[in-house]
Amino acid sequence: MKEIEINSTTLNFGPQHPAAHGVLRLIVELDGEVVERAEPHIGLLHRGTEKLIEYKTYLQAVPYFDRLDYVSPMCQEHAFALATEKLLKIDVPLRAKFIRVIFSEITRILNHLLNVPAYAADIGAVTPFLWCFEEREKLLEYHEAVSGARFHSAYFRPGGVHQDMPNGMEEKLYNHFNTFPKFIDDLEELLTNNRILRQRSVDIGILSKDEAIEWGCTGPVLRSTGIPWDLRRSQPYDSYDKVEFDVPVGKKGDCFDRYLVRIEEMRQSVKIIKQCLDQIQPGDIAIDDNKITPPKRKDMKKSMESLIHHFKLFTEGYRVPAGETYFPVEAPKGEFGVYLVSDGSNKPYRCKIRAPGFAHLQALNHLSKGHMMADIAAILGSLDIVFGEVDR
Amino acid sequence: MIKTLKSFILYELLRGMILTFKYIFKKKVTINYPHEKGPLSPRFRGEHALRRYPNGEERCIACKLCEAVCPAQAITIESETRDDGTRRTTRYDIDMVKCIYCGLCQESCPVDAIVEGPNFEFSTETREELLYNKEKLLENGDKWEYEIAQNIKTDSPYR
Repeated sequence: MKEIEINSTTLNFGPQHPAAHGVLRLIVELDGEVVERAEPHIGLLHRGTEKLIEYKTYLQAVPYFDRLDYVSPMCQEHAFALATEKLLKIDVPLRAKFIRVIFSEITRILNHLLNVPAYAADIGAVTPFLWCFEEREKLLEYHEAVSGARFHSAYFRPGGVHQDMPNGMEEKLYNHFNTFPKFIDDLEELLTNNRILRQRSVDIGILSKDEAIEWGCTGPVLRSTGIPWDLRRSQPYDSYDKVEFDVPVGKKGDCFDRYLVRIEEMRQSVKIIKQCLDQIQPGDIAIDDNKITPPKRKDMKKSMESLIHHFKLFTEGYRVPAGETYFPVEAPKGEFGVYLVSDGSNKPYRCKIRAPGFAHLQALNHLSKGHMMADIAAILGSLDIVFGEVDR
Repeated sequence: MIKTLKSFILYELLRGMILTFKYIFKKKVTINYPHEKGPLSPRFRGEHALRRYPNGEERCIACKLCEAVCPAQAITIESETRDDGTRRTTRYDIDMVKCIYCGLCQESCPVDAIVEGPNFEFSTETREELLYNKEKLLENGDKWEYEIAQNIKTDSPYR
């Protein structure tokens, strides 16, 4: 009998595939239905953010950070604000720190409320998607109430936050987060023990501790392998050192563990927000230095000096002392860092952005090798990739 | 034994279905959109408008702060001195396609002339319609003046 050799099939997954989470183009090499190689092609959403920031003042650069990982906007502003403050050698008032932590954690819940049901939807559950969007809507109203925009908030500024929280916001948040854990219970009831979800995610895409470190994984992906590494704990920024929370870790590092870690992180975020709301005191929300933060409108109308500051800040911006710094924050997806080089002028000389999704996407080939084609959607969903930050 | 039984009668799937069934009787959260709208805070940053003083004079003094601060460089202003000696704009264009709605223009405006109003329904059929000129912006200002003034008043303690 004549022997015939069959070559593997090469398949394009995306960039318009709904399970590709954006504009990922994946070249998948298949042997039957088994994945031999999955090669991500990125760059379809490249906007040149890093280069654009070199031509903007520090204030103008803030809105660019919302648009990187557009699912968790405030956490990224946080990294930029903290990096700039480090170069300016300033310390923001306590109230601003608490507001930042509260809204970073709300953003984290927002992110996980999108990722968990999107992952579930990828492997066949539609109901959680609709439920979570209802909850997201409620949280986005808080975003809108403080900043004026649901997503692209531009709220955390170097030197503090833009405006104080409106009156009564604390009680509203407190009441909301008292009832929110009930929703997480409902979500878990639907998903955690569900046999379809388990069959599709347990032992799929296993990442060992060493591999996770080698691939540069951070955030829930790293923690799911069992390494308790959380920047909020290991190098607390803002007021994370004043709150108590647990760092959930997984055991196996498979898709199911990543899902469980995210669910638990939501519960911990609620805990952090409540502690912040207990400790927050009235006070300043930005540093009292009109060389960096614009003066209050009332002062600007009355005092000539304030008016000059106002004009100077909105045209020229402020000068940042020469130097370089790297500041990472624990964004919902992992370590989001900003490497900022200043040459002493009013614009950053260089702004390198370290996006967690970029590192996670590299590990995709390794994770999906030997799995079925349908598991790629599950692995991709559990890695939590957003193309705004991967392509930048 | 119990585990096998639970697995056999689809226990966890049934529990999930009961939960989804319960949700049928919950209060409906969907809104009938064009007739009902979600809540908006006074800080909402929507469509731009150029405001006037109560006597009908335009507020904008062509200081060009908004043009300077706009990160997307969406604003173009030309100005000259009018016959009565005041400085006014002769051209005030906003490219709404470029605009990223960051709100820096309204923050920088020293006379509250350019504001981002509460309107978010300004989609158009052609791209050209989104290149706003001074007439369009002033018209927006006249149309939304009440809401804008209310919002600025409510938000003034925080600004």
